[in-house]
Amino acid sequence: MTRRLLTGNGAAAWAARLARVDYVPAFPITPQTEIIETLAEWINAGEMPGRTVTLESEHSMITAAGAAAATGVRVFTATSSQGLLYGMEMVYTVAGWRAPFVMINVSRGLASPITLEPDHNDIMAARDSGFLQIHCSTCQEVLDSVLLAYRLGEDHRVRLPVIVNLDGFYLSFTREPVELPEAQAVAGFLSPYDPESTRFRASAPNSQAVAVLGSSPYSYFRYESHLAAVNAAAVFEETAAAFAETFGRRHQAVEAYRCDDAGIVLVMIGSFATKARQAVDQLRAAGQAVGLVRPRLLRPFPAEQLRRVLCGKQGVAVIDQNISMGMGGVLHAELAAALYGKPQAPPILASFIGGLGGRDISPQEFFEIAAITRKAVEDGVTPPARLLYTREEFREVRKLQAIAHQERNELGPEA
Amino acid sequence: MSDTLFKRMKDLPSTHLLGTGTPMCAGCGGLSALHEIYDVLGPRTVFVNAAGCMTLLSVYPFTPFRGSWLYTAMASAPGGAQGVRDALDILLEQKRLSSEEDLQVVVLTGDGAAYGMGLSATSGAIERGLDFIYICYDNEGYGNTGQQFSGATPHAARTATSKGPQGFAGYKKDLFSIWAAHRPAYVATVIGAEPLDLARKIEKAKQLDGPRLIIALAPCPTGWDYDPRESIDVGKLAVKTGVWPLKEYIDGKVVHTKIPHPRLPVEDYLKKQGRFKHLFGPERNAGLLEEIQGRVDNYWAAVQN
Repeated sequence: MTRRLLTGNGAAAWAARLARVDYVPAFPITPQTEIIETLAEWINAGEMPGRTVTLESEHSMITAAGAAAATGVRVFTATSSQGLLYGMEMVYTVAGWRAPFVMINVSRGLASPITLEPDHNDIMAARDSGFLQIHCSTCQEVLDSVLLAYRLGEDHRVRLPVIVNLDGFYLSFTREPVELPEAQAVAGFLSPYDPESTRFRASAPNSQAVAVLGSSPYSYFRYESHLAAVNAAAVFEETAAAFAETFGRRHQAVEAYRCDDAGIVLVMIGSFATKARQAVDQLRAAGQAVGLVRPRLLRPFPAEQLRRVLCGKQGVAVIDQNISMGMGGVLHAELAAALYGKPQAPPILASFIGGLGGRDISPQEFFEIAAITRKAVEDGVTPPARLLYTREEFREVRKLQAIAHQERNELGPEA
Repeated sequence: MSDTLFKRMKDLPSTHLLGTGTPMCAGCGGLSALHEIYDVLGPRTVFVNAAGCMTLLSVYPFTPFRGSWLYTAMASAPGGAQGVRDALDILLEQKRLSSEEDLQVVVLTGDGAAYGMGLSATSGAIERGLDFIYICYDNEGYGNTGQQFSGATPHAARTATSKGPQGFAGYKKDLFSIWAAHRPAYVATVIGAEPLDLARKIEKAKQLDGPRLIIALAPCPTGWDYDPRESIDVGKLAVKTGVWPLKEYIDGKVVHTKIPHPRLPVEDYLKKQGRFKHLFGPERNAGLLEEIQGRVDNYWAAVQN
């Protein structure tokens, strides 16, 4: 075992190398590109076996990834944001092939307006696809989650592809100390890929991904995929336990931080949850019993584990780094569905939206979120969803607009 | 073609490999071409399919293929072929697959995918030198959705989305030249109605490595509006009138494999099809007919072989 300073992207590449992937179909997109560059460099230099190919789009890349997995090799690929959406038809399609592989998504906000910095609307768009989803908050977790993801997706009870999500810039380009496990230890944890009957060869002709006529076979296969994803909840627990045994790091489906005696709990996913964690320490220091819950597994949705930690609490504040236009936070709605009508469900489930396009969430804002939630608990009334934005920010945008107007007025329309 | 196994009609395979009972329309020119192609390619193949009429060949839990099949989506069958080919190569390299277990990877798409949505995926596959065969069954429109015009629709044809008196205002895209401009190993046009020419070309493609692309004109009784029993005649007329030149691109050169002589007037082909009926009645559209004949004449005037 060695410790190295690695970016999130570097950790993802190392994980693919340690997982002994055979095939890396690729397409560049910021902020993911470092992953495929690193793998291409290793493969080209002969430091890593396997093949990489750059497709002409993410749509083809995800098709190639699924097709190679369906032929019987271990596949790794990576994308981000617009690329994930460009390939979205195939994200849904290949998930139904039941040919497991791992795809990294480096989260980045979606157009419009076009931007480079992170939020979770991209990955939320893949929510219902059939891919399982693991969300990371540190570079170590990126490496560990990829290894976990292969064993989880390839399990006979699951056989689904897995997306491992990390936030652009905050994780992709941030160097953290990462423990690199020994190849031998990884080999002990992750067996060579067994394609089972999902493969192509001359002596055993196979028709895969065929059309169906009629709703009964259609429903049959859709339910099969859903039930496989549901199975993945228990398999994740087993896999995480085996991982902890081999590597000494325990990755739970739902991470609870200082929740035991907390009246109010924050819920967040991804790297911004580390900001919430710091805020929880500060709130605790200020005498407030606040905790943090971070779902690491988002598909399958760990409803049972969330209920276990959230039921009995007075108030829950869900901070969504995504926005469903005309509805609000996606995670908030999912938690409401998991908690509604359950014994001792928290009476207050408040929604906050922030961190869009990488916008920071400051400690003061976490204090404000805690205060609003506490007030709601006292009043017994859930507050309307809050869109985090400061007067300062608003003034800055207005200032930009004023400058642009002024320039246009002075220079005239011809300029 | 002295080295061909197929010197005359009776040399063509007499056992047919593709099963029957598929939901293709009666008289489907695409299916007759596919039958002939499959007889030469054989079952050691994996067909990577894009959305189109032939997606309905393999419907759960039946297939007419003796070999393998993978449906992808409309735009990315060449991407799927890349994944399958690369994975097979990896397995061969790692000795996890013996060479007897290897498969020929064959993309099968309609003209909607080949001329339009899937063109950049095809371009990418050729540029990467992918070792595969691409078969486009070209029925000159989005046939599976009821024959709307596509990039393959000929000038003046009436389609579900070009019902005006002039028919389709655009011109059939020259996909053969677009593909050939990539300098792949092989490009050819074929038609089911000329089985000997077709078999020789598939035989040649099978022996080559790299990107090999075939466009099969697919007379379509449903979309072109003629009696299904006329399919072979319509196909033969497409060749005899010079509307569908049979040719191949190999080693940087285009060679015509069947030069129609004498070349029949295009009207003989057009008037057999309901999609061109408006050119002949209630009044004859002499201007459009002349334009179509003129374009075919110009094409052959430029042919030097």
